[in-house]
Amino acid sequence: MPWLSILMGVPVVGALAVAAVPKGNAKLAKQLTLAVSLVVLALTLVMASQFDPSGPRDQFSEVHSWIPSFGVHYAVAVDGIALVLIALAVVLVPIVVLASWHDADQPEAKRSVKTYFALILVLEAMMIGVFAATDIFLFYVFFEAMLIPMYFMIGSYGGAQRSYAAVKFLLYSLFGGLLMLVAVIALYTVAGKGTFLQPELIGVIKDPATQKWLFLGFFIAFAVKAPLWPFHTWLPDAAAQAPAGAAVLLVGVLDKVGTYGMLRFCLELFPDAAKFFTPLVITLSVIGIVYGAIVAIGQTDMKRLIAYTSISHFGFITMGVFAMTANAGSGATLYMVNHGFSTGALFLLAGFLINRRGSQYIEDYGGVRKVAPILAGTFLIAGLSSLSLPGLSTFVSEFLVLIGTFQRYAVPGVIALSGMVLAAVYILWMYQRMMTGPTAEKVKAMPDLNLREKFVVAPLIALLIGFGFFPAPLLNVINPAVEQTLTSVQAPQFTPAVPATAEKKGPGQ
Amino acid sequence: MLATAVLGAPTPIPSPTIEYGQLAPMLLVFGAAIVGVLVEAFTPKYLRKSIQMPITVLSLIGAFALTVWEGFQGVRNAAAMGAVAVDGPSLFIWGAILLLAVVSVLLINDDDQFVAQAAAVPGSAEEDQAISQGGAHTEIYPLVLFAVGGMMLFPASNDLLIMFVALEVMSLPLYLLCGLARRRRLLSQEAAMKYFLLGAFSSAFFLYGTALLYGFAGTVDLGGIEKALGTVGGQDSLLYMGAGMLGVGLLFKIGAAPFQAWKPDVYQGAPTPITALMASGTLIAAFGALLRVFWVALGNLDAQWTPVLWAVAILTMVVGAILAITQTDIKRMLAYSSIAHTGFLLTAVVATGKEAQNAGALAGILFYLVAYGFATVGAFAVVTMIRDAGGEAGHLSRWAGLGKRSPVLAGIFALFLLAFAGIPLTSGFFGKYAVFAAAVAGGAVQLVIVGVVTSAMAAFFYVRVIVLMFFSDPAPEGPTIAVPSMGTAAVVTVSAAATVVLGVFPQPVLDLAHTAAQSLFVR
Repeated sequence: MPWLSILMGVPVVGALAVAAVPKGNAKLAKQLTLAVSLVVLALTLVMASQFDPSGPRDQFSEVHSWIPSFGVHYAVAVDGIALVLIALAVVLVPIVVLASWHDADQPEAKRSVKTYFALILVLEAMMIGVFAATDIFLFYVFFEAMLIPMYFMIGSYGGAQRSYAAVKFLLYSLFGGLLMLVAVIALYTVAGKGTFLQPELIGVIKDPATQKWLFLGFFIAFAVKAPLWPFHTWLPDAAAQAPAGAAVLLVGVLDKVGTYGMLRFCLELFPDAAKFFTPLVITLSVIGIVYGAIVAIGQTDMKRLIAYTSISHFGFITMGVFAMTANAGSGATLYMVNHGFSTGALFLLAGFLINRRGSQYIEDYGGVRKVAPILAGTFLIAGLSSLSLPGLSTFVSEFLVLIGTFQRYAVPGVIALSGMVLAAVYILWMYQRMMTGPTAEKVKAMPDLNLREKFVVAPLIALLIGFGFFPAPLLNVINPAVEQTLTSVQAPQFTPAVPATAEKKGPGQ
Repeated sequence: MLATAVLGAPTPIPSPTIEYGQLAPMLLVFGAAIVGVLVEAFTPKYLRKSIQMPITVLSLIGAFALTVWEGFQGVRNAAAMGAVAVDGPSLFIWGAILLLAVVSVLLINDDDQFVAQAAAVPGSAEEDQAISQGGAHTEIYPLVLFAVGGMMLFPASNDLLIMFVALEVMSLPLYLLCGLARRRRLLSQEAAMKYFLLGAFSSAFFLYGTALLYGFAGTVDLGGIEKALGTVGGQDSLLYMGAGMLGVGLLFKIGAAPFQAWKPDVYQGAPTPITALMASGTLIAAFGALLRVFWVALGNLDAQWTPVLWAVAILTMVVGAILAITQTDIKRMLAYSSIAHTGFLLTAVVATGKEAQNAGALAGILFYLVAYGFATVGAFAVVTMIRDAGGEAGHLSRWAGLGKRSPVLAGIFALFLLAFAGIPLTSGFFGKYAVFAAAVAGGAVQLVIVGVVTSAMAAFFYVRVIVLMFFSDPAPEGPTIAVPSMGTAAVVTVSAAATVVLGVFPQPVLDLAHTAAQSLFVR
């Protein structure tokens, strides 16, 4: 059964159906979107249950020739890493749909409600596609094409500065993407194999200089996407101006494409260059961890604050990816998933607060926990997951990343630890200013979470706590894939140039 | 007595053989153009349009059918005593030009685009009278057919003199057509004048270059010049000057920097349907001719011209992308965008090498030209529909909020802009990929890096229009959106469909381009 094609096809068909809903009937469009996204979630769970962690690396593989003249295939498959990221995306989409129920409604803005939800479904199909693609060209196509729905979601439905933020987001990503395009073309030409299939290109590029250039082409694109310091400046703008739901998908899933790409393409295709650049990347990651955290402390706008915390977290993920140890790699992958849930919960709760109070500034709040205890409580749990409190899933991943990094790079590991301390400052200080103390005048009438919003937050909190105590289901899927990735990275290191049997033959024999 | 002694017995001049069958598509277009002139002379005014339009469209479609038929026959021959090359690239280019011409003619057929009486002074009483009498210049149709015929001959000519004739046959009707806009006539006449003067200069350069190359090689035959490169010595200054001047003439026609200055003025001033025809058809024809001259006649001189074209390509991309950012008129912006695309295409022109490499580069260029041609015609077709009281709403500020007033039209225009920007799943992406891949394979990686950097800059101004259309509030007294005629609606639909289909399933057209490019140019 072509599982992955079905997973992509259902949301596309759903998007067309939603777009065809008559104009006045916004409610039907929303219900349809929610139904489609739940179907996709159910299908993904069925597919995941058939995934065999100890089986071959690429499962549910489909390869069809797409553009023979360019050697391009429609090739999709998932390994453990891609599977958990696809799962992350399809779990977040229905939650985001439910959370965005009224986001596009403001009648004075004359925005088309159904278009927003159709864009979410288009984006979902592309998110699945980008993680599933095993053909580098196909990956690139999704990588670039998914910018467009997100661009319209930010630009049409965002805050006051939305068009500036949307253009900045698009141009940064496009610029990185175009550099990657050069590297993609060069990879194809230098490899000379007439194919873009990633598994066939592993280990083909031998020349160190070529590896380095190609690595840089890919890496800069992913570093902009992730975003890694100093390529991060678009993220706070985009995340702060995007509607909360779009911000969740942007930071929770789209940005993971960057870190996923580093793991899948930078490391596997250019292992020697990756090792050469590791000190640089680790340095940038550590700077990002500390810088993101410090700047987050100084933010007055809570969406910007969450965006900066993400820059700090992405520093941890890239550090884990480039530490190239099994623990760090698994931790980084797990981190990508947990960060999606944790930041998703934070953004959505921030969105609920902003809808109620009409302001994204922290100073406009105060004492919310007295009037809206459930809202404040869930906000606290989401915040604590962001600072990696033991017992919540993010702790497991951050701990694994740090352990894995210590094994090889002790000093950066120590500096990165300060990020955890700073995280406590930015989260708890924000909580203190917004939720505790005397209730602010404008907040007094604030209603607590309604039933819809509880349905939005409950699954995320459940996942954060559940995987905090029992991360094994995820790790069992992730670990073999990470080990295989690291094997192909380190293969040249451990393969003796002369086979062991030949070595015994001395000159006299 | 003396004369016969010198000349000897009079020898009969052999009559030239002309393969009428192979030249049929071109002859049909020229023939229809002449019939069109006769129609102008002998039919009453009120009947002319209803006769001209079918003649024009049917002859173009017929020529397209003949071209397809020749393609299936696999014709590959230097016809008419080696003067006209009917080979794979020619046939592909003919097909593309004819299709785009049909589409453009549907736009040209729209009322309200062309002047009622060209000879009337703008703003005068005669003009008002001509308008009130419902005057119309139906000469436009034969003029377009002559231009299209010239476009077909230009890239197929295998001989510099024929190429010059084709250049003039293509350009002269276009000079005229540029000056026939119904609104903002002074701008239109200025455009025609500028185009004519600069075009005349470039033709002179071309002709002078031809003369110098004849002095070098003793022949104007492209293949003959190539042979002479290896045998004639000591005439290098003639060769270099001739090649340089030919290059100036051709680079002018494609609008490469530093010979790009005419493009924005002409694109802005000309009636938009004519702009659509020029931006698609003329560009394709001129690229075909440029390739033939540089790859066939000067093919063995590539060590000399490659560095020059490198510089021209870089300059063209940078100038096009940067100046486009400052534009406030939609047609001028599209003109600068066309300059930037010319630069992208040039990256593949310099990527010569072995035969397979050349074929790949040629196929990439051909595909790009088709993809770009359709998106361009579509974009200009949309421009004709956004109208103010005084004609088309050219100023970008008038486009604000169009996405809220007319989401479908704005969405289609956004699609064309995304195609220009080279976003995946549109035709522009594969076009760009094809030429950049050829350039990388040909060793021009640095050129491609400049290409992607300027692509990112270019994306900025395309996206700016999308921002205006979708994210800005509508202007209080915004432009009206004309209800499209059948023809315009068909043009927009066909172009949008081509843009999407070539962006998702480019393989059939790529195959066609590869087949056409496989055997390269006939010599």
